[in-house]
Amino acid sequence: MALLDYFLRKKEKQVTTASKAKERLQIIVAHERNNRNKQPDYLPQLTEDILVVLRKYIHVSDESFSINLDNKDGDLNVLELNIELHDEPTSTD
Amino acid sequence: MARIIVVTSGKGGVGKTTSSAAIGLGLALKGHKVVLIDFDIGLRNLDLIMGCERRVVYDFVNVINGEATLNQALIKDKRVSSLSILPASQTRDKDALNKENVGKVLEELGKTYDYIICDSPAGIEAGAMMALYYADEAIVTTNPEVSSVRDSDRILGMLASRSRRAEQGLEPIKEHLLLTRYSPKRVEEGEMLSVEDVKDILSIPLLGVIPESQAVLKASNAGEPVILDTESDAGKAYQDVVDRLLGDTVEFRFLTAEKKGIFSRMFGG
Repeated sequence: MALLDYFLRKKEKQVTTASKAKERLQIIVAHERNNRNKQPDYLPQLTEDILVVLRKYIHVSDESFSINLDNKDGDLNVLELNIELHDEPTSTD
Repeated sequence: MARIIVVTSGKGGVGKTTSSAAIGLGLALKGHKVVLIDFDIGLRNLDLIMGCERRVVYDFVNVINGEATLNQALIKDKRVSSLSILPASQTRDKDALNKENVGKVLEELGKTYDYIICDSPAGIEAGAMMALYYADEAIVTTNPEVSSVRDSDRILGMLASRSRRAEQGLEPIKEHLLLTRYSPKRVEEGEMLSVEDVKDILSIPLLGVIPESQAVLKASNAGEPVILDTESDAGKAYQDVVDRLLGDTVEFRFLTAEKKGIFSRMFGG
């Protein structure tokens, strides 16, 4: 029987449980990593709106502006705005 | 500066304490000053694996609460004088530890020791977060099995976001994958995730592969870390891990099953 098994095993290239495990893990891990770094949907629009308002008064380049929504310890969300102001005087009137 | 290494996993029962004990003892045998800290408050077991359970007088929480000095609580290993163990408390609640008081203890230990190995509790609760918070490096202990791999990935997320290095924007924690309870035979039969599979999914550098071995249970029965069993496959694999941690390039062993002879293959057995 062992001899028969040996030849049969060679023929049928069936999907092993290990490859199923790998496939399932790749999907779930990718999904969970995605959620981990997920920013809320409104963030891009909020960023744009804030920039529009800021630029009414001061000169802000894209590089000198950053926005970040952070989740601290699961129950505290912090919206962090970082705006670098340059020396060049900008007239507002 | 002491290297602070957390041995973590997310999932329980994958071999964190076994690995902490083996690696800690191995580093000490190489002449380094090592302290092993059990962060599993309420469920201490490192003392048992190290074989010093009857010498515990004071513990980590006693030190935190000022009821004992570090020197009173540290247990010197009887086999290697450069190794000490700081046991977890068995009774106090987990909330005894916080960033400030743990930080102070680690800073104090860092003055004396080259390596501080933090044996993390399972889970992602406060105890596990405390164990990884100050780490410079992390040994992510993983079994080639779906739930363990998934939990390891969660822990990698925590290392990248909840550690001191992440909070202060420092260089990230150096991550190492330690694959334990590996059975090359089952991998070849397609029943177990291979080293490559797990590396692909977690994408962190491989520190070591410890084969499933009878020596591990024997070692914990006796309270002698398995690295002392120099004849065993697991003992040798842990020795390789220690050498790699110290910067040596060591080829991976025990990745393939022992070949069966053609005779036994044909007639079963």
